[in-house]
Amino acid sequence: MIEIRFHGRGGQGTVVASKILADTISKEGKYVQAYPEFGVERRGAPVFAFIRIDSKPIYDKSRIYNPDHVVVVDPTLIEAIDVTEGLKEGGYIIVNSEKKPEKLEFPDKFKVATINATEIAVKHKLGTLAAPIVNTAIVGAVVKILRLAKIESVLEAVREGVPIKPEDNAAAAKEAYEKS
Amino acid sequence: MKKVIMGNHALSYGAMLGRAQVISAYPITPQTQVVELLSEMCADKTLDAKFIKVESEHSAMAACIGASLAGARTFTATSSQGLTLMHELLHWASGGRLPVVMGNINRAMAPGWSIWSDQNDSLSQRDTGWIQFYCCSNQEVLDTVIQAFKVSEKLLIPSMVVLDAFSLSHTYEVVDVPEQEKVDEYLPPFKPKIKITPDEPHAFGGLTSPDHYFELRYKLQKEMEKAPALIEETGKEFEKMFGRYLGLVDEYCCDDADIILITSGTMGSTARVAAEQLRQEGIKAGNLRIKAFRPFPFETVRKIVKGAEKIAVVDRNISYGHHGMFYEEVKSALYGYNDSLPVFGFIAGLGGRDITPATFKEVTNLALKKKKPEEEIIWIGVKR
Repeated sequence: MIEIRFHGRGGQGTVVASKILADTISKEGKYVQAYPEFGVERRGAPVFAFIRIDSKPIYDKSRIYNPDHVVVVDPTLIEAIDVTEGLKEGGYIIVNSEKKPEKLEFPDKFKVATINATEIAVKHKLGTLAAPIVNTAIVGAVVKILRLAKIESVLEAVREGVPIKPEDNAAAAKEAYEKS
Repeated sequence: MKKVIMGNHALSYGAMLGRAQVISAYPITPQTQVVELLSEMCADKTLDAKFIKVESEHSAMAACIGASLAGARTFTATSSQGLTLMHELLHWASGGRLPVVMGNINRAMAPGWSIWSDQNDSLSQRDTGWIQFYCCSNQEVLDTVIQAFKVSEKLLIPSMVVLDAFSLSHTYEVVDVPEQEKVDEYLPPFKPKIKITPDEPHAFGGLTSPDHYFELRYKLQKEMEKAPALIEETGKEFEKMFGRYLGLVDEYCCDDADIILITSGTMGSTARVAAEQLRQEGIKAGNLRIKAFRPFPFETVRKIVKGAEKIAVVDRNISYGHHGMFYEEVKSALYGYNDSLPVFGFIAGLGGRDITPATFKEVTNLALKKKKPEEEIIWIGVKR
């Protein structure tokens, strides 16, 4: 079983990212469970989304406290909260950032990867310049870094799962996948 | 077709595949997506149903009652404060013998204001004459809505399909959405013998003298008594067509278990993980998840726990001044049959406090340490 926690801010599509990742995993015949933070979301406030992936049915319905990996959709959160809370040793911290992984300060027991999802989203005109929608690029990167699925499954899930601009979103996911 | 959907949408798909004809509902957190999707389905004709907008849950149930009386298959969904506002009309639906099917998202009752899960909302509707199913996965939610229409229409008793706030309502899981043609084969159209239409006027629910009222209640109970066998029969029929059995309970490793956890809802799924882990640690644990709370499957429970040395019932609810409501039923099931079997009653997870595999390990260890329970309620995880 793989457990992943997503950190984002309300309105950035973090929950949708976990849903598209769930769709991607499901397309490969695996079992998946994805859930948002249990509560009320506010635009701009820190939000969480969680996902469990397994080759067997998933019966555990409790919350995830010790994720194998974390994904940081909004890099400003690194200053605001401890994104590594409960993270297992050797787990990945995947950050949406223009910086190189070694420029981010995290304890050595974790692996760090970065993807400039904001730049990719802007390039493909997803969302606005002030508030780009980065979730499809994030999914592309996460799938590649954690070797969760084939790119074809990602593209299929993105095309089916986004409300608008399916081709632009698919292109963003593909670019992020290839750059990761 | 396999789809990744949230528990709330599993209810909507169940109502759609069940070809509900009239839907009346009022949105409330954490049920809102059930109604959103159904209203979209009605608007774009994916579902050929009349969606009646109302100003409260009381009116939603009233509209369902009227539509059901006119012979329509009706569906609604609510949660917590909404369900309890419906309370008066829940009696009207069952007393009127109207097979309304409703989804209820378990959410703790206010105050303190809460949007998180516990079972006190639906369990406090225990005596309204509704069948109650507690589900543990989105697949089970979807399948149970379809089965509930079948059971309800056969017995003319309404059904409630219950799921936990967030840990099911907002959780996405892979669900096998059955084909419409197959569901149509399983669930034929609702054709009540008696209905009220402008062409066939009847009075309904009028003044009933002591000469007749008693018999109406007797008949409701007699039909309710048929429900356990009918749930099993329709569950087997469902399994034949769709490959998934829908029973009164769901048991895991109870055959040779020394200690059996008795659970319900999503925590009943987590308990299975705990039982598996306990077995790896050398403790012979089993999990008996109760799905049908009304009618309560007394005989089934008696049969399954027969060989166990201890029972640990975990309740996500409380009857104030008494104890956990599943605990109460289990003790009542065993009374006169298996009086020497120690039954421990635990209360956990009120107001959405998480219930994890560790919770069940703690429960098991506590029960194994004592010969018999020293108190009616053992609180798990409460800050004192």
